[in-house]
Amino acid sequence: MQATAVLQESYAARIPTVPAPAAIASLDNITKRYKATTALDGLSLSLHPGEVVALLGPNGAGKSTAVRLMLGLASPSSGSVHIFGGDPRDPATRTRVGAMLQVARIPETLRVREHIDLFRSYYPRPLAFEEVVRIAQLQGIENRLFSQLSGGQKQRVLFGLALCGDPDLLFLDEPTVGMDIEARRSLWQQIRSLAARGKTVLLTTHYLEEADALAHRIVVIDKGRIVSEGTPSEIKSQTAGRKIRCRTTLSIDWLRSLSGVTAVEHSGEHVTVTATNAESVVREMLLRDEALSGLEITSPALEDAFLELTSAK
Amino acid sequence: MSTTAIAHPVSSTGIAHTARIFAKETKYEFLKLLRARSFSLAITGFPVMFYLLFGIANRHANNGNIQIAKYMLGSYACFGLVGAALFGIGAGMAAERAAGWLEVKQASPMPPMAYLFGKCATAVAFGLIIVCILTVIGLTMGGVQLTALEFARMLGMTVAGAISFASMGLLLALVIPANAAPGIVNLLYLPMSYASGLWIPIESLPHFVQRTAQVLPTYHLAQLMLSIFGYQNADSLLGHWIGLAGFTMLMLGLSWLLFQRSQQNS
Repeated sequence: MQATAVLQESYAARIPTVPAPAAIASLDNITKRYKATTALDGLSLSLHPGEVVALLGPNGAGKSTAVRLMLGLASPSSGSVHIFGGDPRDPATRTRVGAMLQVARIPETLRVREHIDLFRSYYPRPLAFEEVVRIAQLQGIENRLFSQLSGGQKQRVLFGLALCGDPDLLFLDEPTVGMDIEARRSLWQQIRSLAARGKTVLLTTHYLEEADALAHRIVVIDKGRIVSEGTPSEIKSQTAGRKIRCRTTLSIDWLRSLSGVTAVEHSGEHVTVTATNAESVVREMLLRDEALSGLEITSPALEDAFLELTSAK
Repeated sequence: MSTTAIAHPVSSTGIAHTARIFAKETKYEFLKLLRARSFSLAITGFPVMFYLLFGIANRHANNGNIQIAKYMLGSYACFGLVGAALFGIGAGMAAERAAGWLEVKQASPMPPMAYLFGKCATAVAFGLIIVCILTVIGLTMGGVQLTALEFARMLGMTVAGAISFASMGLLLALVIPANAAPGIVNLLYLPMSYASGLWIPIESLPHFVQRTAQVLPTYHLAQLMLSIFGYQNADSLLGHWIGLAGFTMLMLGLSWLLFQRSQQNS
């Protein structure tokens, strides 16, 4: 069934996700504690068929923990995990899932061909060897020992192993870590073509650029909580501005017309204006409305997360 | 280029599919360790070197009706097979666990037993290789005479011993940190081998060492191996079998408990 998808090379169209009726994978109100630390704090996340979702956040945000829970490698302290409606630990579930995890070392004295052969044997309906090699771009290095590969090639082998079962759902935990820009872009291309074949992909990254290039939907997490969620353009607009909150008589349309304003929301008697140049917008507003009161200017939580992201680089 | 037919070869029945996973897991585990020279050379080289130094160098020596070169063929066979199990499984699996490779495998539909079976079968295979090499050395250089039945029983005992010590390897893999694994394994393996008479006949060791040997699994293994030549000491063979089996059960039980605990904390 999943298999009959015609292999095609076309680009994954950036279709705004239509909310699908049923999630094929979900974390429901998950809290995960490791002794003293809380890795995930009431996190809910669902993946819909054919969707590419990026889990974006700094190191230690809980991205890998979320992936490990969905793979059944860890169990939640509270909350529930469902993959294809079942338990992620169920072997039948695992035949439909592929995972590329962050691995320090994999057995170095086996050849690329042998690693793929072994992983293909785990699945009842594996992807053809040639297909794994083609999609993961391992042509010409099939007979090399793993120890003889470059960092980027090693990542591609791990990517290939995740594909061996022709999975419907693919988890990619920091797939392009340690890759140069060229290698990164070519892996992006492969991820897009998987999405075009109808695969559902959850990838974690700490690069906004990567999430933007690949995902239909970005979920930003920090300290185990969702900070923000939306399409790449929504997320980018949120990172770009600060929020001005106040009571004012100015009309919403007029506020929208100010340069640098990306969003205006009205709630009760308060207006929240998101602007890239908060200072000049505030100056303009104060000039026009002398009765303006209750002024607050805040950075969105997201920006804090990204400050951490960029400083981590 | 690809078609559905290529992408999906006819799926085999469940049992055949599982059997193939076990076979491939074993084949690649063996190949992996064979090609890892630091493992395969050390694991065969040390028993061979020690046997040459202590066994072959004393090839004309006898202790009563015990031929030293033959006695040491049995004891270094034990030394070799225990090393293969403890390093191959204990240190090897600890490293794979620490590197995150084990998680990649756990996330796949690989049956966990296939992984353990592959490791255990590989330890058995290395044990058999070591015993064959030692036997050839003993026959050609040590003046050892061995009947076909004795040799067959040695191989059988090697299989039993390797499986038994695989259980200790499994426990070590779950307990010890990977970066310290080779050191810790050596600290257990070498003193235990010495104190069980694997290097020097146990009768030549100090009395208190002989007494404490009773609690060491390597001692029971060695006595069982030596009994093939009629070289065992006065204790009953049944006691040694019980000692070895009890040790194996203890190791497996502790491994199971630790594994359950780690699953809960993961």
